[in-house]
Amino acid sequence: MTAFRFSRKQLCIPYALFLILFVVIPMLLILFYAFTGEGANGNLTFTFGNFINFFTSTAKLSTLLMSFTIAIISTALCLVIAYPLAYILARSHWKKKYVLLMLFIMPMWINFVLRITALRELLDLVGLLGKENYLNTIIGMVYDFLPFMILPLYTTLEKIDNSYLEAASDLGGNKLTVFTKVTFPLSMPGVISGITMVFMPSMTNYVVSDTLSNFNITILGKLIDEYFTTFNNWNMGSMISIILLVIIFVTMLLTGGFKDNKNEARGANLW
Amino acid sequence: MAKLSKDEKIIQIVGVSKVFDETVAVDNIDLYVRKGEFITFLGPSGCGKTTTLRMIAGFDIPTSGKILLNGKDITNLPPNKRPVNTVFQRYALFPHYNIYDNIAFGLKLKKIPVTYVNDKGETYTKMQKLTRKEIDEKVKNALSVVDLEGFEKRSVSTLSGGQQQRVAIARAIVNEPEILLLDEPLGALDLKMRKEMQIELKEMHRKLGITFIYVTHDQEEALTMSDTIVVMKDGKIQQIGTPTSIYNEPANAFVADFIGDSNIFNGTMVAPRTVRFCNKNFDCLDDFEKNEKVDVVVRPEDIRMTYPEDGMLKGKVISVVFKGVHYEITVKVRKTEVIVQSTESREMGDTIGLVIQPDGIHIMKKEFTINKYDGYITKKNTVVFGDGEFECDVTKLYPGSHLDEEGYLITANGEQIDLTDVDVNVEVEFKDIEISDNAEEGGTQGHIVSIIYKGDHYQVIVRTEENEEDFVLDTEDLWNENDFVGVKIAPENIRLTLKQENNK
Amino acid sequence: MVKRILSIAFCVLVLLFIYSPILLLVVYSFTDSTVIGQWKGFSFSLYADLFKSAEIMGILFNTIWLALAAATLSTILGTAGAIGIFYSRKRISAPIKAASQIPIINAEIVTAIALALLFSMTALYRTYFSLIIGHMVLCTPFVVLSVMPKLKQMDPNVYEAALDLGATPSKALFKVVIPQIFSGIMAGFMLSITLSLDDYIITAFTKPKTFDTISTYVYNAVKNGTNSSTPALRALSALIFVVMIAAVLIINLRAKKTKEDRK
Repeated sequence: MTAFRFSRKQLCIPYALFLILFVVIPMLLILFYAFTGEGANGNLTFTFGNFINFFTSTAKLSTLLMSFTIAIISTALCLVIAYPLAYILARSHWKKKYVLLMLFIMPMWINFVLRITALRELLDLVGLLGKENYLNTIIGMVYDFLPFMILPLYTTLEKIDNSYLEAASDLGGNKLTVFTKVTFPLSMPGVISGITMVFMPSMTNYVVSDTLSNFNITILGKLIDEYFTTFNNWNMGSMISIILLVIIFVTMLLTGGFKDNKNEARGANLW
Repeated sequence: MAKLSKDEKIIQIVGVSKVFDETVAVDNIDLYVRKGEFITFLGPSGCGKTTTLRMIAGFDIPTSGKILLNGKDITNLPPNKRPVNTVFQRYALFPHYNIYDNIAFGLKLKKIPVTYVNDKGETYTKMQKLTRKEIDEKVKNALSVVDLEGFEKRSVSTLSGGQQQRVAIARAIVNEPEILLLDEPLGALDLKMRKEMQIELKEMHRKLGITFIYVTHDQEEALTMSDTIVVMKDGKIQQIGTPTSIYNEPANAFVADFIGDSNIFNGTMVAPRTVRFCNKNFDCLDDFEKNEKVDVVVRPEDIRMTYPEDGMLKGKVISVVFKGVHYEITVKVRKTEVIVQSTESREMGDTIGLVIQPDGIHIMKKEFTINKYDGYITKKNTVVFGDGEFECDVTKLYPGSHLDEEGYLITANGEQIDLTDVDVNVEVEFKDIEISDNAEEGGTQGHIVSIIYKGDHYQVIVRTEENEEDFVLDTEDLWNENDFVGVKIAPENIRLTLKQENNK
Repeated sequence: MVKRILSIAFCVLVLLFIYSPILLLVVYSFTDSTVIGQWKGFSFSLYADLFKSAEIMGILFNTIWLALAAATLSTILGTAGAIGIFYSRKRISAPIKAASQIPIINAEIVTAIALALLFSMTALYRTYFSLIIGHMVLCTPFVVLSVMPKLKQMDPNVYEAALDLGATPSKALFKVVIPQIFSGIMAGFMLSITLSLDDYIITAFTKPKTFDTISTYVYNAVKNGTNSSTPALRALSALIFVVMIAAVLIINLRAKKTKEDRK
């Protein structure tokens, strides 16, 4: 009577197992490594040592601070460039504006290491390479992540119904008040989505900073990499990862980014 | 007409319940479907009719109970193994197939036994798929049944709603099911289309001779098409019967209200075969215990208009609406509105008499556990109901609200509301009403019209004079009939709810 | 009018910023010079070098098969996962969805070292297995995200209709559900390929020692200061830029056109 019935629900089992094995357990391992270390007798012991070490080391704290600064400046620059651009594109009546949009977000599809290397050649040509390491890194971050700011901004601005703007001006708003009171607040989801897309990678994508600063700037992502590959101190590397995760978590909380808006920016409508 | 044989039960539903995440969709129902009949599950949305249909189709498995098909238990049989096909509310045609492939979908999956004779002259049967030619033939036939000859190559998206509906029907009947299930199949069509399809479906049922189980919330559709109607509410069956019996003899006030238009009055049995409502006694055919509170259902077409002096009731015409075939006339009789349907018209403001024959009065037992009144709030934040005025706590209407010093209500989020003349529903429990010898005490006063001993207490009914409003109360004291008493209700025991959401 | 000119000028400026490095590389791929900025006459010799270099061709091949393998596996796993999640009760689907968000929100470096920690405990560290798993962790959540909206758009009765007409659940899935969410599956597959081709960090932490993709090869070339001395890489970059730009434009514009034609 109770014959086995194949059910669609069972299709999530392989994916659930995959996630447990290759996402959840590895994350728990990071947590484990972050709070353990070799004790006096060479045994594995629970310790806050890595945590204390991070927040008492001026070198690490200045790396954190510098990463933060680079990420904030890069994100702000992306926003300052992308917002007017997305606004112009979204509000234009040109029939083929999507062709133009495609041109702006095209870099999303092209290998970023190649693009950054190309940028390196250009910076070399104009004589910045090797001289302005910070400037180069910020230019690189903006160059790499600009499309990820443009796309969500364009998507939200495009969706804003013209009747809102007409209503606002009908009610006596001038162009500036229409923008500050209606357009900008309505585009906030896109702004937030764009910021979360740009901020976190700008703190961690060390390929950009390495390539454009000739390995002279160490951002937080690079620091993790170094503890793993160069210093062979996995516990410290894990601790920095945890700190990075906390930063990500806090930015997500602050921006309310725990909604499914990331897929809009990077995922669903890319292809 | 399809032949109905009384004994052949194609479907039997035995004590079936279905619970979804703690909500009971279907609550322990029993019913059977006779072979070849057109049966309709009728009820408002959320009554469990679609869930019942889905359990017959096999999409949902009952939480408890059994479903039998031709006497065999099919409760846990998957849908693809049941000789039952469904026409879905939104058609559920496969958008990636053309019409032919949609209709042929079931046929291509089907295997039928074919008998062969081998060299030695022995016969053997093999399960075989239908041939291309057989499928073509069947699809063509099905399309002609639904009047869509030559539509084979069309794609689903080029069809109108009505045509898609026909394809959905063709896709189901082409498999020659024993039962065709139809889940509100006409819900998405416009009125004219719906009327046409009703007639066609009935015709199809006659031609095919199979059992149709139909789900709808449209009482008119159910009455026109069905052999049997099952009226459902809150997961329970209210009544099973032919359209005529359900219309003429509704089992309770819900069925009466749901099927057709009706006037439902609060009445009391005052003598054998005599019911009192609208301050008058009427002869009737049903009999209940004396003094029992009952619902009185009168169909609008069973009320005859006459001269004021000849009427059993007298009232003033307050609205006249022409409905195509008849006029719908609303007459105000004292405080009650009575709806009358007639081919004759009357002028607004006319005073007319109304006559109701005994066979037009349907009496139903009242599920009576609480006093209910219509009331309104006064300027002083008291409530008027039951021919009287009572102190009450108006802040209960809005959770978290309070009254300011001027008597305005301040809601939880600081909004100021003037409650004067707001209509409310008033509920008072039997045990919360007190009566007093001093008629001046309390909010209203009336005569005791009935005292029933209920084992450990008396149930007393006090009737007011002006509008004959009744207060039913439980008391341990012994009173005398016809005592004139005051009715007292503590403010906290008067339960108020707004008539409708008038705040957003 | 002034506003219009300013708008156009701004757009042109940004386009220039985006495309000047690419253009520079493409132009200097057609001259036989070791240094950019030094034009030694038009020549295809860098392209000739490129196709003759077994090392670079091998890397190109590696990158492509890795992307195809990871994308195919991710698409199968992610499509099944999306269907399973969609039809499961919230109590089951909510934690899976949440776990599925982790690789999307997480910094790539954290995902990478997390996988490295896990695999270092096994014999599978720095093997093709760990590499493909790494790429699947990167891609599969995005496949789920692409398929999910298509499932939501689908008429919920269509699957039941197939069962009702006699299809077994698996037949109904393949004949009715999959065809209807196919565009979402394809989008997930293409996105997976893009993500895999683009990846550096996860690859670096999971790849076998001697295996290289374009990303790791170029990064290491820069690291070892050999970038400028491998002009053939310039030709490879130029080629990839042109091919990708053409492919993306054609595919997207055609998709857009058919969408509008249907309207």
